[in-house]
Amino acid sequence: MTTAMRSKAAPRTGVDWFLTFLRVLLSALVAFGLLAFVWQQIDPGNPLADAINPDATRLSWDAFQGLVISGLSQGAMYGLIALGYSMVYGVLGFINFAHGEVFMVGAMTGMITSNKLFEAGVWEDNFVVAILVAVLISIICSTLTAVVMERVAYRPLRGSPRLIPLITSIGVSFFIQNTSAVLLGPGAKSYPRLPDWLRDPVGVGPFEIEGKKLLVLIVAAVSMAALWYLVERTKTGKAMRAVAEDKEIASLMGIDVDRTIVTTFAVGGAMAGVAGILWGILFGSVTEFTGFLPGIKAFSAAVVGGIGNLGGAMAGGLTLGSSESLAPQLVLEPLGVTGHTQLKDAVAFLVLIFVLLVKPTGLFGERLSAEDRA
Amino acid sequence: MSDMTETPTLAAARGPFDQDWRKVVNWGLILALALVFVSLTDMPEKLDRRIIVEPLLSMGYLSLIWIPIALGNIVTREIVLEGMTAHKKGPRELVAGLVVGAIGGAGLALLIWLLDTRDLSDPLVNWNDALLEVLTFSEGVGYGVVFWILACAGLGLLGGALHVFPPLVNRLLLAMSLTIVLTASLESALDDISEGFRLEWLFEAIFEQNGGVSIQGAIFLALFAAAWVLFLGGQAKKGRAVVEAKREESPIAVNTIGLVLIAAAAIILPMLLGRLTNDLLSNVGLFLLLALGLNIVVGLAGILDLGYVAFFAVGGYTAAIMTSPSSPGFSPELPWWVAIFVVIFMAIVAGLFIGAPVIRMRGDYLAIVTLGFGEIIRLTVRSDWASGFTGGAQGILSIPSADIFGVVTVKGTDPQQVLYLVMAFVAIAIYVSWRLENSRIGRAWMAVREDESVAEAMGINTVNAKLQAFVVGAILASFSGAIFAAKVGSVFESSFKILVSIVILVIVIVGGMGRIAGVAAGALVLVGILGGPNQPGLLAEFSEFKLLIYGALLIWMMLKRPEGLIPNVRRSRELHQDEFLQDAWLKGQVDDDDGDAPSGEVAPA
Repeated sequence: MTTAMRSKAAPRTGVDWFLTFLRVLLSALVAFGLLAFVWQQIDPGNPLADAINPDATRLSWDAFQGLVISGLSQGAMYGLIALGYSMVYGVLGFINFAHGEVFMVGAMTGMITSNKLFEAGVWEDNFVVAILVAVLISIICSTLTAVVMERVAYRPLRGSPRLIPLITSIGVSFFIQNTSAVLLGPGAKSYPRLPDWLRDPVGVGPFEIEGKKLLVLIVAAVSMAALWYLVERTKTGKAMRAVAEDKEIASLMGIDVDRTIVTTFAVGGAMAGVAGILWGILFGSVTEFTGFLPGIKAFSAAVVGGIGNLGGAMAGGLTLGSSESLAPQLVLEPLGVTGHTQLKDAVAFLVLIFVLLVKPTGLFGERLSAEDRA
Repeated sequence: MSDMTETPTLAAARGPFDQDWRKVVNWGLILALALVFVSLTDMPEKLDRRIIVEPLLSMGYLSLIWIPIALGNIVTREIVLEGMTAHKKGPRELVAGLVVGAIGGAGLALLIWLLDTRDLSDPLVNWNDALLEVLTFSEGVGYGVVFWILACAGLGLLGGALHVFPPLVNRLLLAMSLTIVLTASLESALDDISEGFRLEWLFEAIFEQNGGVSIQGAIFLALFAAAWVLFLGGQAKKGRAVVEAKREESPIAVNTIGLVLIAAAAIILPMLLGRLTNDLLSNVGLFLLLALGLNIVVGLAGILDLGYVAFFAVGGYTAAIMTSPSSPGFSPELPWWVAIFVVIFMAIVAGLFIGAPVIRMRGDYLAIVTLGFGEIIRLTVRSDWASGFTGGAQGILSIPSADIFGVVTVKGTDPQQVLYLVMAFVAIAIYVSWRLENSRIGRAWMAVREDESVAEAMGINTVNAKLQAFVVGAILASFSGAIFAAKVGSVFESSFKILVSIVILVIVIVGGMGRIAGVAAGALVLVGILGGPNQPGLLAEFSEFKLLIYGALLIWMMLKRPEGLIPNVRRSRELHQDEFLQDAWLKGQVDDDDGDAPSGEVAPA
């Protein structure tokens, strides 16, 4: 029952007109904002800018580059989390709302491990070993969280109406969040200081990238490549794709569906664990709420890229991350919105709504099982 | 479940050691984990101040001891389907409970030993001596270890024994323990109420001076509960049957009498209650109003709206801007009752504006997008961009008292008046929900909930039906927001976090989706006893743990009883359709229309 099918079958109602109006309005606002930005770049004192944004200035190349890089590095992180949403949605057809908390568990574990390593002196003497150990432990804890979650909360609900596991996953998310607050204490906890070579900018071609952001991009690319290999080139991956396509037939072909689903959760959890460490490197601190917003944004990224589509999830993450970082400066400010950086999170949600209004199957097309395509 | 499926003849009890040992050990380990987890959350220590029975039991220890009983019982629970052999319960159940309890107790003992010898206080903030003191009763590690292994084994044995006791004994035990725990939890409210009813003597007889039920009080309460189960309960049931029979004869007369009685109670009660209880009940009422609205959206129309708090915010901010003299941008300083009309208008606009784009989406996408809308509204309200109207992070202050038609002024600082106002709106909401549920549009909502394609094929305009549900829900939530603004006297964006949406969802789900009585019970129990997202409940000590409990409750409800505590009959049939069909199949009743599907689990409507 896609919008396209319906608009052919049924006469256009008020709601349809309103939706069309919204699509046009949003597109027009974005286009107008971008044009205003371009004009502002050419001539900050142009009459339009004088009228709606009197403090208009040019955005320097350096600042622009900085925005793109931080957008991409955050986007890479969203992409890694989005993989978990996308895979689970592809296989089970429900949104695992608690996947953001799996990411938070990764970030928390990373915080604890790296602080312990810092106390032991390894962090400063041998950073590479320390970060590898931290990543490994984070992956283990996140994977464990995801697997236990599947076993306790989702397996008994297999086959129930779609909203039931979604509501359960909200409960799981709430539970993990507050467990962290109660066991580890509420509030922000910081990672140890990164070594200097990660904080200095590195030149890559025409770009000057801060070391940690480069590290984030590299780690994300490596993880993505490993995941691609696992899904497309191994037997386990084949089983996962088969289960995503049709559970019943997969089990007739001799695939252990339960085990494959657990594997899916585990792989998604591992990716979220890596993303957790990346969060720690990028922002240096973690709270019990760390998983919530990035989790929802990562889900948006999965939808933007087309749910069930792994390459799409990564691309969606990068798209969402960079639009979140660029849109306040490129669209909102030229439109005369004051305090535009405060609306960064709102931009991410607006991108989700915009994509769902204009192209609900995502930019790269969704891949769902036969029963979920409805 | 057992009475539905019990076969008339029971096979002989199995031998005490004829166990599924793997299962027993697994449950024992789960029990150990649960006990260690609860200990590390620091519940035993933080809740220790809350005494239930004066020298014997505190809420802190209660948080531990119910677990072995429950798991000792669960381990040997078996679902016996028609055609399977059911065994007589006997020593086997006792042994299983005992072993599970002992393993769990050993886990707790291990924790005590570790607490004594290791220091893990770096990541685990509650790893401290205070916890050790509580767990060992300040008597030394050896005492604690032995005590908990024995106690947990005993409690597990008790849990297993519940299978063996005759049902009457189980009911007596349940009624007694529930009465005592509930009375102790309600202590401060009862204190407040007993003053109004001049029953201080009774209160003092039951409670100790410095909190908690006294031993004599506990015995009295237990006897009362036993008497209720044995004699009075039967009488009450008979009385109810008489009323029901009368209602069959002359429905209007009986309903009118019932309504008059409820109205009289609603008018008199706030006068007798003290400040504290009135305030508590008005918080419950505000959340009940929200939950009734969400009940229409989620329970009747089946739309999972996670951004429901947005409408609460719309109501609160509209009322604040319209009435407060210090609202920054636009301040018409309308009286509150005029502002209510603006609030309704804004709620309709917001409902349509948020509803229209999401209404065609898949149910789960809709949930996330509405959640996004909720955040967008909150972020916008907080931003500098909108602060010209909404005050940004500073909020809007000095919202005047609610003026009703220029006749009465409801002061936010007077809980009694607020309670009257809240009750008036709750009454409206209940009336609206009740009328809508049985109307054409209500049936359309339920049809959409059950199967959208079929509903559409039946000629229901599903888009309009869903939008109407959205708007009605929005209006009810905005009422709650408007009262909230007048009650608190200020609005800040921090009162409208997504957390509020989730808590309302928990209320609706725990109470029973689609059933007004269920939602009311959910609001009373959760908000009244545990507390709302920012409001303390009766058990103020729980404030640190209430969200954890909400989360656990939500998972447990969805797994075990998705229809809620007081379910809607139709809804619960939908959720258990498979089981009903299976039962019907086993009993050879498949062709029987679902008119009277064998109903074991469904409570009578």
